[in-house]
Amino acid sequence: MSEARLAARQILYENRAFWRNPPAAFFTFAFPLIFLVIFNMLFGNEEIEVPGGRTTASTFFVPAIATFAIVNATFTNLATSIPFARDQGLLKRYRGTPLPGWAYLTARVAHAIVVTILLVGIVTAFGALLYGVDAPTNTLPGVLVALAVGGFAFCSLGLAMTAIIPNADAGPAIVNAVILPLLFISDVFIQTDQAPAWVSTLGSVFPVKHLSEALQTAFNPFHAGAGFEWGHVGIVAAWGVAGLILAIRFFSWEPRT
Amino acid sequence: MSETVIEVRGLRKSYGEVEAVAGLDLTVHRGEVMALLGPNGAGKTTTVEILEGHRDRDEGEISILGHDPEERSPDLRRRVGIVLQTTGVEPYLTVGETIEQFRGFYPSPLHLDEVLEMVGLSDLRDRRVKKLSGGQQRRLDVAIGLAGNPELLFLDEPTTGFDPSARRGAWDMIRNLRSLGKTVLLTTHYMDEAQSLADRVAILVHGQIVAEGPPAILTGDGRLTTIRFRGSAEGLPPEVGEPEIDDGMVRIHTTEPTRALHVLTAWAAARGEELPELTVTKPSLEDVYLELTEGSS
Repeated sequence: MSEARLAARQILYENRAFWRNPPAAFFTFAFPLIFLVIFNMLFGNEEIEVPGGRTTASTFFVPAIATFAIVNATFTNLATSIPFARDQGLLKRYRGTPLPGWAYLTARVAHAIVVTILLVGIVTAFGALLYGVDAPTNTLPGVLVALAVGGFAFCSLGLAMTAIIPNADAGPAIVNAVILPLLFISDVFIQTDQAPAWVSTLGSVFPVKHLSEALQTAFNPFHAGAGFEWGHVGIVAAWGVAGLILAIRFFSWEPRT
Repeated sequence: MSETVIEVRGLRKSYGEVEAVAGLDLTVHRGEVMALLGPNGAGKTTTVEILEGHRDRDEGEISILGHDPEERSPDLRRRVGIVLQTTGVEPYLTVGETIEQFRGFYPSPLHLDEVLEMVGLSDLRDRRVKKLSGGQQRRLDVAIGLAGNPELLFLDEPTTGFDPSARRGAWDMIRNLRSLGKTVLLTTHYMDEAQSLADRVAILVHGQIVAEGPPAILTGDGRLTTIRFRGSAEGLPPEVGEPEIDDGMVRIHTTEPTRALHVLTAWAAARGEELPELTVTKPSLEDVYLELTEGSS
């Protein structure tokens, strides 16, 4: 059997294992929606200014929570579940079979991206149905590009992150300590207009803010083009490549401690 | 001699200052069950993990089915099954699905039913892996190792933590593998396991093999047999050897048990005495092992 077929087959097993645990699957999808509902309840009706006109804050929160959903389903997911599989010996077990290492990791990434696509779709649908936020039409290409590049980049970074997570128990604590502050300084949960300039500048160094910016443009109802933000998407992609290089260099198939 | 499946010469591996494997030589032939026996820290797992390709060596020559395991050749992966000491599986898949998943990695795997049958999990085919007991989980580990129909199977402590009946079951399973002509390299720290399963045993101490051979030869050949009885050694003919007296028991260690016993029983019969609790014992593999590993752990 060709190695590509082995990888494809592995995706099916990853997918099956995921849906076999309905509570975990349910909350994977419910978690970003809970944030969407809370932020809209608190601030949704405020009027905000976006390029091209004025709209409600809900229009800001849908792409913001979509960003959060992407990061959660890729980076957070892989950076916590891979060390778990590593500590259990699952990675080492695969390592002793003809399944190539890249095929296993590709299957994990592919599955994470499938979940991400579903999540962004659900967040968009929720935004349209509950809060009257226009689903992207002419800007759909921009959404898809941001989604694809963001999904790839945050999967790579999640895999790179496993190299500094010593064991599964430390995983969630380390991942949260990295990602939550980043989400706050990246215009995802709140806008940093009022914050000191250095906060905004610091946020601009990291990829979360750029993914968020790209999605904000693609969800802007006044945007006339296809919704591409090549500058922002390029920075996200660059982080993704860096993450991939680090992951390839430092990934471990055996427990670290 | 039959075809060589594993050939190791001068294997060395150090972790910092500690030399875990210190110049080990090992040969395993096709169809053989070879047991690596040794105390904890003797280098068993390090050795096996180097042979499996999970670890790189510092020095030495290794050939596994004609390959160097460090090259991680796909051909070798397809021909070897590995059962590690600690292993995880997807907890929410069933036993059947898990074996099926691993079967799919190999060009000519065993049939699912056949694998289930061999490890005695046929009735649990549709059970979630998460719900298996420890012993059942270990059998699933072996099933995964067998799924690809390997020529060579590595079993790292296959029965550690088993209750006695589960161990007997696992032993039957391993004997079954031998009858199928599989080559098995087994590590264990259970003497009786090595004695009952292995065609040959290699005893590993401080990263070196200190004794090697079929269990019967390790425990026979020049080793002392012990004759024991309750009573006094007073007036014992000197030709039976120097007795050891402990707690009312007389022990005589001899390389010529037949002659010693003949003299002893003639001596007792002449005095019209019985020799209470008379026993003659060959050393067990455990005695040989303890003698060889004395002071090492």
